[in-house]
Amino acid sequence: MQNYLLIPFLPLAAFLINILFGRNFIKDKAHWVSTLAVGGSWVVAVMTLMDVLGGHTINEDLYTWITSGTFKVSVGFLIDQLTAVMLIVVTTCSMLIHIYSIGYMHGDKGYYRFFAYLSLFTFSMLMLVMANNFMQLYFGWEGVGLCSYFLIGYYFDKKSASDAGKKAFIVNRFGDFGFGLGIIVIFLTFGSVYYEPVFGQAASFATQSINFLGYDVHLMTLIALLLFCGAIGKSAQMPLHVWLPDAMEGPTPVSALIHAATMVTAGVFLIARCSPIFNLSPTALMVVALTGAITSLFAATIGLVQNDIKRIIAYSTISQLGYMFLACGVGAYTAGVFHLYTHAFFKALLFLCAGSVMHAMAGELNLQKMGGLKKYMPVTYWTMFFASLSIAGVPGFAGFFSKDEILWLAYSGPSPVGKLVWAIGTLVAFLTAFYSFRLIFLTFHGKFRGTHEQEHHLHESPKSMTVPLMLLCIGAVGAGWVGIPHLLGGGAHFTEFMMPVLGHPEGHGTHTEEWIVMAISVVAGFSGIGLAAFFYLLNPDIPGKLLQQFSAVHKVLFNKYYIDELYSFILIRPTIWVAKNILIGITDMRIIEAIVNGVPETIGAFSQLLRKMQTGLLQHYATIMATGAVIIVGLMLLR
Amino acid sequence: MVPLNWYLYLSAAVFMIGMFGFLTRKNIIIMFMSVELMLNAVNISLISFSHYLQDMRGHILVFFVITVAAAEAAIGLAIIIALFRNKQTAHANEMNEMKG
Repeated sequence: MQNYLLIPFLPLAAFLINILFGRNFIKDKAHWVSTLAVGGSWVVAVMTLMDVLGGHTINEDLYTWITSGTFKVSVGFLIDQLTAVMLIVVTTCSMLIHIYSIGYMHGDKGYYRFFAYLSLFTFSMLMLVMANNFMQLYFGWEGVGLCSYFLIGYYFDKKSASDAGKKAFIVNRFGDFGFGLGIIVIFLTFGSVYYEPVFGQAASFATQSINFLGYDVHLMTLIALLLFCGAIGKSAQMPLHVWLPDAMEGPTPVSALIHAATMVTAGVFLIARCSPIFNLSPTALMVVALTGAITSLFAATIGLVQNDIKRIIAYSTISQLGYMFLACGVGAYTAGVFHLYTHAFFKALLFLCAGSVMHAMAGELNLQKMGGLKKYMPVTYWTMFFASLSIAGVPGFAGFFSKDEILWLAYSGPSPVGKLVWAIGTLVAFLTAFYSFRLIFLTFHGKFRGTHEQEHHLHESPKSMTVPLMLLCIGAVGAGWVGIPHLLGGGAHFTEFMMPVLGHPEGHGTHTEEWIVMAISVVAGFSGIGLAAFFYLLNPDIPGKLLQQFSAVHKVLFNKYYIDELYSFILIRPTIWVAKNILIGITDMRIIEAIVNGVPETIGAFSQLLRKMQTGLLQHYATIMATGAVIIVGLMLLR
Repeated sequence: MVPLNWYLYLSAAVFMIGMFGFLTRKNIIIMFMSVELMLNAVNISLISFSHYLQDMRGHILVFFVITVAAAEAAIGLAIIIALFRNKQTAHANEMNEMKG
């Protein structure tokens, strides 16, 4: 059990080796170091999972990091059921995506750099999920944010990519500010930042309130909402979702690993981890549920009309993350984490398939220029098809079980907004199925709509890319089988397994109701697929007609509800205006430069006056000297 | 017996002549001579006070002044010659390299 330390530190070692020796020595063999390291992590993670399944959990400090008065932070590791699941998700996705990247990034000039950052990311993510205190969680949290910035801006010579990196980083500042405050309030309240004492004592503070900005606020609600701020930023929920679609500027494996499977789910992990705090605040839970529901609906509607293949999947990710928050918000943390786990597989797979399509299309991302790719790249087609079935919630696939559990617990749970978010969730299930299959049909079916050169170039991707696709496809199809509900004759093992950490979700309803809820979500999924088939396979001219009829709606959706424009108008432009006119114009130019330049200028001007006295003529000096002597003598005489 | 005041008047007159000469004449040699004149005016007053007060310290000071003046004459003339060689002139207004 001691060797669990290898899980985060193998990728760290790979990062150090690649970043130090990659440029000059390792070069195009960098993937060996990183992939072997993450492979090792995966093996140890599986062994750790076995131990945890056997009932062992670990909570121990490795090294005292900071001590200051009563404030003490260690590098410590907590491995329980929740961590074990996250470890499997992170290492499995990371390993398969490392392998995929060998083919995808082949010949890139920053090859060693890419793998170094990928390893650093894996290390940070593992530190995040394995932390036993909030400070280390925060360390990992910022670490993954940093790697996300590095990798979004990987093609840094492209302006849009470096801008997208900056945007991701800056938008996350807003969330992390709240998160940081949350940790401070936790320390002030509990006198500790370790999970164990904090969650242990949370209940005794349940009725306490605190004066915050002049208002009496319920303490637990305040902490929960501040922590949720961090989750909103990292998991791209409304209103801080704007960075995720732009983050697609990064290489596709990065989108798959960081912006679909692992990092963006850190927010859900945070809420699940802090469930003892959230459980004490019905208000905070309601906020979480509503934010999740609104985000998932909002992102799904945008996803309906986008043409950029990666952006559709990005909006789908936002929407699915909203689903997970919805689950947490109705108290069904288990269902949220279950969806996190299944989502990681099918969403990573969708992204990798999109990368494979891009590879064949020489970087083309526009759906309208594809079509009929099925016969050129069968592996990509079938794996993506299965991933889409999974996300659409077709019975038997992974996505079905997690989505159905969320919807059922939302419907039957005690949450006051449960029925509302259930309705939204069901609608989103329909929309999700529709846009996922719109993507499939436009890309792989029909006639090719690109140029002849592109058509000539079409080919299936190399083995190193297709093998990870097939492996992930197994996950996308079968990952959900560990959580088949009792209703369908399964054992609901996932819920049982997570119970020690996340508790048992409450659900009150009859079997009949559960069948009905399930049937509705299945019907929603199938009708979404059916409608997509009707529009894009059978009657390809209908979408065009609809577009003409509802051009205003389409325009709003296509422009993502003008959120970016709104932020540009209310935040970015005023900030730039203040920076230009006040900070540069007044503070810098008028105050600082005035002082810095003014002092020597005054001295200079004064010396210009004195300079005139130095005539260089001996007799002038002598005259002045004599006059001075006369004056002094005169004064002495007069006194 | 000539009273002390007369010596002092003489000393003052010689000093003023020397100073006037130094401030008005433009030839460096003349200015140099004027400096000597001022030094000697001081010598006169020193000697007269020494005699009046019956104190030999005045005499000692005068010897010092004469020694310094001799050294100054030697170096000063050398400087003037060097200047003349460089500038081909002994006019004081030509020597304004230190103008600010």
